[in-house]
Amino acid sequence: MSTNTGTVEKYRNNFLKEVEANVEEGDWVKMCMQCGVCAGSCPLGKHWAHPPQEIFMMIRAGKREEVLTSDSMWMCTSCYNCIVRCPRELPITHIMHGLANYAKRLGLAPKAQPTAWFSQVFWDNMMKKGRVNELKLGLSLYFKDGIVSGIKESIKHQKLGMNMMKAKRMSPMELFGGHGVKSAGDLQKIIKKAQEIENARLESYGK
Amino acid sequence: MADEMKIGAYICKGCGIGDRLDAGQLASTATRDGKAAICQQHDFLCNEEGVKMIQADIDNEGVNRVVIAACSRRAKTEAFAFDNVTMHRANLREGVIWVRPDSDDQQETTQEMADDYVRMACAEAKYSKVPETSGQQGVNKNILIVGGGVGGMTAAIEASKAGYPCSIVEKTAALGGAVAQLHKVIPTKAPFADPQDAGVDELAAAIEADDNITVYLNSTTTNIAGAPGRFAADISAESGATQTKEFGAIVQASGFIPYDANKLPEFAYGKNKDVVTQLELEALAKAANGGAIKRPSDGKEVTSVVFVQCAGQRSKKEGHLEHCSGYCCSASIKQAMYFKDQNADVDTTIMYTDLRTPGAGGENFYRSGQKKGVTFTKSVVNEVVDGANPTVKFKDLILNEEAEVEVDLVVLATGMIPNSGQETRADLAVEDAEDKAEAKSSGEEQVIRVEVESILNLDYRQGKDVPHMANGFADSHFICFPYETQRTGIYTAGPTRRPMDAKQAMDDAMGAAMRAIGEAENAGLGKAAHPRSGDLSFPSFRKEGCTQCKRCTVECPFGAINEDEEGYPVYNESRCRRCGTCMGACPVRVISFENYSVDTVGQQLKAVDIPEEFDEKPRIMVLACENDAYPALDMAAQNKLEYSAFARVIPVRCLGSISLSWITDSLNSGFDGIMLMGCPSGDDYQCHFVKGSGTAQERMSKVGDTLETLSLEKERVATYEISITDIHKVPKLINDMADTIEQIGMSPFKF
Repeated sequence: MSTNTGTVEKYRNNFLKEVEANVEEGDWVKMCMQCGVCAGSCPLGKHWAHPPQEIFMMIRAGKREEVLTSDSMWMCTSCYNCIVRCPRELPITHIMHGLANYAKRLGLAPKAQPTAWFSQVFWDNMMKKGRVNELKLGLSLYFKDGIVSGIKESIKHQKLGMNMMKAKRMSPMELFGGHGVKSAGDLQKIIKKAQEIENARLESYGK
Repeated sequence: MADEMKIGAYICKGCGIGDRLDAGQLASTATRDGKAAICQQHDFLCNEEGVKMIQADIDNEGVNRVVIAACSRRAKTEAFAFDNVTMHRANLREGVIWVRPDSDDQQETTQEMADDYVRMACAEAKYSKVPETSGQQGVNKNILIVGGGVGGMTAAIEASKAGYPCSIVEKTAALGGAVAQLHKVIPTKAPFADPQDAGVDELAAAIEADDNITVYLNSTTTNIAGAPGRFAADISAESGATQTKEFGAIVQASGFIPYDANKLPEFAYGKNKDVVTQLELEALAKAANGGAIKRPSDGKEVTSVVFVQCAGQRSKKEGHLEHCSGYCCSASIKQAMYFKDQNADVDTTIMYTDLRTPGAGGENFYRSGQKKGVTFTKSVVNEVVDGANPTVKFKDLILNEEAEVEVDLVVLATGMIPNSGQETRADLAVEDAEDKAEAKSSGEEQVIRVEVESILNLDYRQGKDVPHMANGFADSHFICFPYETQRTGIYTAGPTRRPMDAKQAMDDAMGAAMRAIGEAENAGLGKAAHPRSGDLSFPSFRKEGCTQCKRCTVECPFGAINEDEEGYPVYNESRCRRCGTCMGACPVRVISFENYSVDTVGQQLKAVDIPEEFDEKPRIMVLACENDAYPALDMAAQNKLEYSAFARVIPVRCLGSISLSWITDSLNSGFDGIMLMGCPSGDDYQCHFVKGSGTAQERMSKVGDTLETLSLEKERVATYEISITDIHKVPKLINDMADTIEQIGMSPFKF
């Protein structure tokens, strides 16, 4: 238990306002009435360091670092149980993803968190051609923990891979380049521009 | 009634009574044992023809005591309503055939049961009189309203609209009370989003414009004598001038006293000027008048404020209020909006443990506060540290950690203390003094009530104000009979009776005004208020027999009885609720009602035929409160729940009216068991006469000794607390008693 000494920042609305401005559905955070139904409804609740109820309170209490570096919201599996049950109808799932996204943009998201890692791989994979290359995505997941475990994992799923190839659901040729959308370069430009705008906006909140 | 008593007994054979019982035998019982001059049988007594038959006997044969052997006294009351006669019901349907199995081997005991009820009804008839008016009545439509806040003003406006002239007595120099001190009030209309104007000026203007309403400012009631319909109130101005006015009924809307925040040094109140109470913040908001609110210490515009909920409330600590004041959560939301509406950047934090926003719009208002950015932090505030800016130290209950925040202003949500005057009966008998001493030693009672002056200054034997219940609030039966106090004709409204906000107080005032009007009219007719609504009987006493023991004057739950110089009781009919607690209290049995007396019940139980010991047919006397226990028995019968054929049920007005002589007479005449069924008593009482059942419990606790001197088993007399919903419990209790008697054996007092 720590006593908050930074009274200037703590229990002020600064961080709440930051969340409202930058996090998807963030303006709902203030509507939480702390009943705890979300925390009790989450099937993965016991794996969360801070259930949504606590995250909301931490935001109101101005605990910026603790919230944004937390791995809690990365644990969300989008089952939507909390949204269904929230008596105040907060879009909790969306807020959790919004917070995770915001933390990531600020570079505060926990590095070793598997969901965070996979999200990055997925993004990078998709950005190359504008489409997800499923073969490469699958392989990168197999080889996540190094060559040896990657080969073992691949052999384990050999039969499945062969069957998919026979059924023409997967082509080994995808390893070499793979197909993409028309003018993927334009898509990259659009995304890049969007990121520039977003980053400029974020500047005002610092890091 | 000067003319001779003539009993007419009418036996109904409908609803299966004729099939199950021998009506002929019942008729001969009525004429032979019951001494009925006329006895008729009918197949369907409550139909037009049956009723006509009875009316014809009343008109032509001079029948003035009507015994109806049919259904429960609670059924068919409209059909069996005859003028200028007394009505007695032998309950053959709910009391006999519906609670007994329809089999040949039970036929004998079932018939015995019915015969007994016929005898009992006739016995009651013999000792009853038709109530005559007391001559005390007089309609007085004037309503006295004590307190000129929003509640009092609303009561006056509503009563005046209904055609009843009102007088408002207000202690201060202006109408408006506490609400006049508020900048704005909690919203009362959809969408319940923003604070709204209090509307005190409009109310005051409406009062001003109303010729039917007289206002006495700077005045108090220094003496109120009399009873409903003839209250005489001394209204004294500050200058000393006193005038006496007559009123029919009284509404007490004396509001509340704000809790003294100086008792909260832990919150730096009094030390730090920037720690204020909610009422003080209202003054700051009024001064700002829509602009930025400035704090008291240095006039700086407030940029951050913390509201400390439950300050000195909902706590058992010494000097704190035990109750929740109900309005403060909504009031803090409203006050946070004063800041937010003016400047959304002001940090407003409400620190609460349980947020309670009662009323239809409460939840909407809470949401609106959240939408406006008011932060709600579930926490316990431990301390406010004095400094240039006060620092609030608290425990965050969601994050489970100690924290602190430095702010410009701290607002304490201190609660309301009812302005209900003196605790009554303070000057009463020894036992009361003991109670008082106990309360003093426990310390709770004393801290809440500081040097109180009386508000009403009633000239009543039992004290100057209406009696209090928990935490000093005027008792007003909040479930069944809100506004009703233990003083007939005096109705409380607003925070005097229960913590509440302005809107609730105004709604309350309407209800209280309505009750006051009702009672003014009732008193004019000499009729009782609920639960014996319309009863014309009233207690009288035989002065030659009275020993001036004062028990009746002390035990009356409604303070209806005063004393004359010699110590004899003086009954005030219209204060009386006809419960008969005085009758039960009287050790020399001199108090009676015309239609309810020691004899009307005593003769009933003597009329029961007691079989010899060796017949193995015990008799159980059940004295059941007519308000809850008797209906519960009726409903048990409607559900065809069986109980022992040995039970004989007599309804009583209240357990408090039970005379100990009924117990001894029952035992002496050979009853094997006696069951007393009354309403739950104590703090959460359900007694319709407030204290009747509690008083009875106390009296009955001494019966055990009497039984021992008669060398009878204690189990033979038992008292039960029965709610109206105990439908399945009552038959079981009776059967259990029958089992007990089987075990301990028959009473030796049979002859």
